[in-house]
Amino acid sequence: MARNDLQGTLDLLVLKTLSQMGELHGYGIVLHIQRASEELLTVEEGSLYPALHRMEMSGWIRSEWKVTDTNRKAKYYRLTLAGQKELRKAEESFEQLVQGIRAILRYA
Amino acid sequence: MSVFRRLVNTFSRSKLHQEIDAEIQAHVEMRIADNLAAGMSPEEARRDALIRFGSRVVMRERVTAADAATALDAVWRDLRYAARQLQRSPAFTTTALLTLILGIGANVVVFSAVNALVLRPLDVPEPTALYNVVQKTPGYDNQSYPDYLDFQSKNSTFSDMAAYRIQSAGLSTKDAAYKCWYYRVSGNYFDMLGVRPEHGRLFHASEEHGPNSAPYIVLSHDFWRRHFNSDSGVLGTTVDVNKHPFTVIGVVPAAFHGADLFLWPDFWMPMVDSPDDEGANFLSIRGMHNIWILGKLKPDVTPAQATDNLNAIASELARQNPDDDGLCARLVKPGLMGDMFGDPARSFLAGIMLLAFLVLLAACANLASLFAARTADRSRELAIRLAIGSSRWQVLRQLLAEAVLLSVLGGALGTLFSTNLLNALTHWQPFPEFPVHVTVSPDPKVYSVALLLSVGSGVLWGLVPMRQIWTTDSAQVMKSGGAGTIVFRRFTLRDLLLGIQITLCTLLVTSSFVALRGMQRSLHAPLGFRPEGVLLAETDLHMGGHSDASIMQIRKRMLEEVSRLPGVTSVGIIDETPLGTGGSSSPVYREGTTDFRMSNSTFGAKYFSISPGYLQAAGTRLLGGRDFTWHDDAKSPKVAIVNEAFARSMFGNTSALGRRFLWGEKLPYEIVGVVENGKYDSLTETPWAAMFLPLDQSPDSDTSLVVRSPLPEAEIVPEVRRRLAQIDPSLPFVFHSWPDELAFVLFPARVATATLGVMGLLAAMLAVTGVFGMAMYSVSKRMKEFGIRVVLGAQAAQLLRAALGRPLLLLFSGSAAGLLLGVIASQLLAQIVYQATPRDPLVLAGVVITMALLGFLATWIPAERSLHVHPARLLREE
Repeated sequence: MARNDLQGTLDLLVLKTLSQMGELHGYGIVLHIQRASEELLTVEEGSLYPALHRMEMSGWIRSEWKVTDTNRKAKYYRLTLAGQKELRKAEESFEQLVQGIRAILRYA
Repeated sequence: MSVFRRLVNTFSRSKLHQEIDAEIQAHVEMRIADNLAAGMSPEEARRDALIRFGSRVVMRERVTAADAATALDAVWRDLRYAARQLQRSPAFTTTALLTLILGIGANVVVFSAVNALVLRPLDVPEPTALYNVVQKTPGYDNQSYPDYLDFQSKNSTFSDMAAYRIQSAGLSTKDAAYKCWYYRVSGNYFDMLGVRPEHGRLFHASEEHGPNSAPYIVLSHDFWRRHFNSDSGVLGTTVDVNKHPFTVIGVVPAAFHGADLFLWPDFWMPMVDSPDDEGANFLSIRGMHNIWILGKLKPDVTPAQATDNLNAIASELARQNPDDDGLCARLVKPGLMGDMFGDPARSFLAGIMLLAFLVLLAACANLASLFAARTADRSRELAIRLAIGSSRWQVLRQLLAEAVLLSVLGGALGTLFSTNLLNALTHWQPFPEFPVHVTVSPDPKVYSVALLLSVGSGVLWGLVPMRQIWTTDSAQVMKSGGAGTIVFRRFTLRDLLLGIQITLCTLLVTSSFVALRGMQRSLHAPLGFRPEGVLLAETDLHMGGHSDASIMQIRKRMLEEVSRLPGVTSVGIIDETPLGTGGSSSPVYREGTTDFRMSNSTFGAKYFSISPGYLQAAGTRLLGGRDFTWHDDAKSPKVAIVNEAFARSMFGNTSALGRRFLWGEKLPYEIVGVVENGKYDSLTETPWAAMFLPLDQSPDSDTSLVVRSPLPEAEIVPEVRRRLAQIDPSLPFVFHSWPDELAFVLFPARVATATLGVMGLLAAMLAVTGVFGMAMYSVSKRMKEFGIRVVLGAQAAQLLRAALGRPLLLLFSGSAAGLLLGVIASQLLAQIVYQATPRDPLVLAGVVITMALLGFLATWIPAERSLHVHPARLLREE
């Protein structure tokens, strides 16, 4: 079975965000997920940074210190090739999860 | 990424923390700004931003924790956990540590010896280009000086070639006299070896202009320090060597001690200059093979090319000089006196290294079974860890960490102990009168081998429980209470390991018994003389400055004076005692031979010069004919006494008495007596032809007074010393009993016996703990079963069979296999130890009894325990 847990879902959201937006800092990722999900999903700040760090250690994303539009120093993340592959895998496994849950709901 | 990055992270935690803080700070500030823009009050905006994060410290830890899967952190945690685990079971830890200390310590000691004698090159520039040029037949390593000169001048493959030999002499200054060992070397010796003086200067080839042209000596650092208090004022002064003046011109650096690894001479002297060459001067005689040639190959020349080159010269020389008939050249690695000492030493060391390695292997086998048992005991803990999500690899890594940690610790302690032992060995001089000692102190190579062995053995025995972990079914283990998984019916890896260990132990025990018996026998071997109760007083009359003419007078006076001492049964003189350090051999020819090529000689015979009465004093049996008399002197016809081997080789079964042979200057010698065979060079040699000549007919300045007396050594020595001093107070004498003198020939056998004994003891200890551990473990695991059996009416014998059947079976089959291997291995041992044979009822009985005792020792306590089963108590316990 595909790996389906909460952490995997957060990874998927972050990877997808970065693949769409190119380059973003942590706060930007939080805002984007909130906006794009039409305020349905809120990313907890407390979970985001450990996840970012872990993904960076795994080589899925890369970081760089840059200056924001409002003249603040912030760490910007972008997707790596390995990250793009990982995103495809995460998307597939999420599709399976959704299908599985739908199947169960239909059955019931 | 990322191994490097992780490494950096691990070591720069604080920097990582700062970065995380900065990132979170930026996040919080952006949130505050947005909150403010959304219309919150500054206070509210800040509070909201911070609440979203929770504790900053926890946050930071969680981010860094994302790193915790990194290898380094994990290894560190594994090690800490392993240390705690080991602390919790001190019995296991102590046993394992002791085993490892013995196993690795033994290997470090032996490897240091191998390193010192075989691996480590000579401590001179370009040591690998240096080769000793020896003769074709191993053991006949020396060349003659004239041949050396020809080899040196005619070869095209060596950049240079030097000659040397070791001799002893008396060195005296104004205040003191010392008996010294020194190298006589060709003038180019120091330059070829690339030695620079530490003080003063060294001599060079340009200073050699024929005999006695360069009366110089160069002191060793140690001699200079001990006897001249490191005073450079000694340079330029004159000292007497055997009563002849020599100028001290320099001191060599402390590390330089010539081209032999274990000889430490006191000084160096040019070969052309000798204080005692008045008699036969070897410098001009091609037939006298008594120097070592050391050559330095030109770059890009292979040893094979050089050998061909030298052999071409040799055959040319053989065509021109009959004395060089059969001359050959062969290159051997320098450092161990050619093949004579080198070959046996190398093969012995290789054998011992193998044994030490086997002991370590046995130790590993022991630890592996201990560890496997321990893992089985911990199967519940492991099962729980697997059940709560630890991967099998993590569990294995944890166990490996324990094994490696223990091994490295044991290795470190073992190395520490062996370093102390090695330092003591380095300062040990096995023969007080010879400048022999070996620097075996460990160097980086030894330490790296120790580390390698430690980690290697740790991994070796740490991996043994791997299968156990892989097959653990956690649910099953937890259900059945841990002990249920162990199956005792089939043979396991543990059994095999123990069997191997017992085999090894028996092999070592057998070898040490064989060596011990050989040693014991060699003390009673037919030596051709009876050393017990004989005192030797040795000197070189040249040291007293006596000329060849006066030597005979002095010797006669010595014999007369000493024979008059009360308590002296008989006394005689021989130039060099058999089984001593000297002893030469030279070809003999049948009477009537005219073509004196080496190949026409009948055989080579050992020759000794003796006084009348020597045979009686030495206890050599005269089988026929007569002893010499004082009338067999320089003016009378040449006579000889030969041994049986000589007589048989030349005359077959016919009597040799009255027959003649040609020897030396091709003069006829008449055989007047035949004596029993003896040992002349080593105890393991096959009977060798030997002859004895009257002192007066073969002048030599070496003098060994052989004094037979029933008095104890302490009483007779002062008496003899006093009498001899009356004759010439300046003559240095060395006194020792003949059995002590034999220490030199017995040394290799003694070392072999001691080493095998120690190894055997180690292996026995390991075998006992191995068998004990296994028996104890199986008994403790089956106590419940035994309890039930007792209740059902089992007899003591049945219980014992159940408890000890497996260990005893292993003990028997292992011992049998080991004994068989021991018998095979003894053939190797026979080269070193006199008459080493396992076909000796005492040896066989000894091995069987030893193994039985070991088995008894190892199974006694487990047997006791299994017989004292209290069923009621046992059944209550669970």
